[in-house]
Amino acid sequence: MLKRCITAGLAAAALAASTAWSQGTEISFYYPVAVGGPITKIVDGLAADFEKENSGIRVKPIYSGTYQESIVKALTANKAGDPPVLSVLLSTDMYTLIDEDAIVPWDEMIRTDTDRAWLKSFFPGFMENSQTGGKTWGIPFQRSTIVLYWNKEAFKEAGLDPNKAPANWTEMVDYARKLTKKDGSGNVSQWGVQVPSSGFPYWLFQGFTTQNNVVLMNKDGTQTFYDHPAVIEALAFWVDLSRKHGVMKPGIIEWGTTPKDFFERKAAMMWTTTGNLTNVKANAKFDFGVAMLPAGKRRGTPTGGGNFYLFKKSTPQQRDAALRFVRWITSPERAAQWGIDTGYVAVRGDSWDTPLMAKYVQGFPQAAVARDQLQYAVAELSTHDNQRVTKALNDGLQAALTGAKTPEAAMKDAQREAERILKAYRK
Amino acid sequence: MNRRSSAQVHGWLLLLPAAVLLVAFTHYPAGATLWTSFYSTAKPHRPSAFAGLENYREMANDPVFWQSLVNNAWFAIGTIPVSIALALLMAVWVNGKLRGQGFLRLAYFTPTVLPMIAVANIWLFFYTPQYGLLEQVTGLFGLPSHNWLGSRGTALACLIVVTIWKEAGFFMIFYLAALQSIPPNLYEAASLEGASRWAVFRRITFPLLMPTTLFVLVNAVINSFRLVDHIVVMTRGGPDNTTSLLLYYIYEVGFKFWDAGYASALTMVLLVLLASAAVLQFGFLERRIHYR
Repeated sequence: MLKRCITAGLAAAALAASTAWSQGTEISFYYPVAVGGPITKIVDGLAADFEKENSGIRVKPIYSGTYQESIVKALTANKAGDPPVLSVLLSTDMYTLIDEDAIVPWDEMIRTDTDRAWLKSFFPGFMENSQTGGKTWGIPFQRSTIVLYWNKEAFKEAGLDPNKAPANWTEMVDYARKLTKKDGSGNVSQWGVQVPSSGFPYWLFQGFTTQNNVVLMNKDGTQTFYDHPAVIEALAFWVDLSRKHGVMKPGIIEWGTTPKDFFERKAAMMWTTTGNLTNVKANAKFDFGVAMLPAGKRRGTPTGGGNFYLFKKSTPQQRDAALRFVRWITSPERAAQWGIDTGYVAVRGDSWDTPLMAKYVQGFPQAAVARDQLQYAVAELSTHDNQRVTKALNDGLQAALTGAKTPEAAMKDAQREAERILKAYRK
Repeated sequence: MNRRSSAQVHGWLLLLPAAVLLVAFTHYPAGATLWTSFYSTAKPHRPSAFAGLENYREMANDPVFWQSLVNNAWFAIGTIPVSIALALLMAVWVNGKLRGQGFLRLAYFTPTVLPMIAVANIWLFFYTPQYGLLEQVTGLFGLPSHNWLGSRGTALACLIVVTIWKEAGFFMIFYLAALQSIPPNLYEAASLEGASRWAVFRRITFPLLMPTTLFVLVNAVINSFRLVDHIVVMTRGGPDNTTSLLLYYIYEVGFKFWDAGYASALTMVLLVLLASAAVLQFGFLERRIHYR
């Protein structure tokens, strides 16, 4: 009985393999879902459309959970010798994937001038996290930045111009002070501003540091500058929002409940990802505005989100097919449609010129803010041994925000830890 | 002789399926983890090499490890006695004759059935400052608003409460089953003697429940090291590692930092802790328990 089962199984497997062969190349790709909406349906639809136009290539999309689960699955599969051909993973996973020797750069596949032009068509801000050592390792796909959302009704009540968001740090503190409402016994019923600090506070912190005109790491991902005076100054500003100015909820602010705080009018302004745009549009029961983050010495935000990576353990045919698929899915119209469906920023300039996008922006101008802010965007924090180096910063930030350490002590400790880890990567 | 050896073979054959599973999924991984813990993790241009006790030395100097261990101790102290006491109390309460008994039992058991991830997401909103359920209640009494999960002082306590709420109902079921197997003639004898309710509980119910208590205790101890799902959802170890438990830290080191060697060393600590807890419970406590 058992023997028969095995024989049958083998026959089925052989049959499956031969059908795959006769149908041409199969490319599997892992993709995470990090925003609301019927993402899996959209992705399956895209894969089917591609197959219709490109006979001989089969695309097998595999939903792989959150970003964190996806990298775990992709790397585990890679260690077991059976990775996907393509995967959408965080742009900041680049160094980790290189260090694990899991991926190949796209450059080898780029042969024609149209290929080269395609590679140049993406917003430079998104390419910063996709290239290192002169090579392109990631192709931008679902990318985002941080923007400021504000409640226009709350602005009106506080006597502020509802159509004008704070343009700089001073204005933000000033507005937030007017927007903070207290009841008779001194309890706050509405906070002026909210910048989340749970989970990955480094990302939002990069908004403050970029605005303070300082970078957190070098281009090679081998050194961090956590204890630079301007970084400490940026953290002091964040801490002071609640400690000194009393316009932000003290303690750690949860990322996940921040949009809800905004809908419930408990926070009049919030910093969060552009990926929440569709969510806010659907759930805010009041008029809201979307603006670039306020400027310190300059404007600034980190980019975020996922890139396409090509895994090393793939055949030349699979790599060619993967390139074709990625070029197809990042064509101007498809990038535009993807951005509209999900709230992500369409990744290339010319997709914003498509009639589809032009019409969408006309009806919903808030969608264009992220694009306009891109000129000020910088690469998201990413180094070798990325998660560990980032954790050092996260712990320091949370220690300062909860008052356990001064900003200076917290950043000095974080830098010492990062230095200890990164020393091994400098040759 | 022949017969005995065939019985032996028979016995071993019967044991085989369980033994294979046990070896493949428990003993082999434990052994492999011990082995890996003596090796450095492969890095680019630096393959994995024998490192002796280096991983353990690193652990001794790792403040996050020590903090996770201390947090875990508080988590255990906070969850084990309270959830067991609560389970016993609930079991005695729903064991009596009262109206809506079935409904009450169901209500107490519900938290156990719900998946932890879903539960944690619900509790996340309970604890939300200003409009969360907890804040709405404290607000009625005019108490100031507090950021429960976002403050160093309260974050771990909040997780302890969730765990107790989740576990007590599960343990209650075991107590309930045990209560119903206590022979009623003992209670009749006690009432003839005119024993007080407290004396009945102390002299009859509690001692006869001891085997169940041991079982529940073992489970509670294991759970206090095993339950980390709610941390992933509610705090991710924050603020600043104040809610990082040992297993959560192992997950971080293993699957975020990809440092298999160090994660193995951490896992050995967890294994030794659990093994010694088991030895203590089965070796020492068991002898003081009355089995029928």
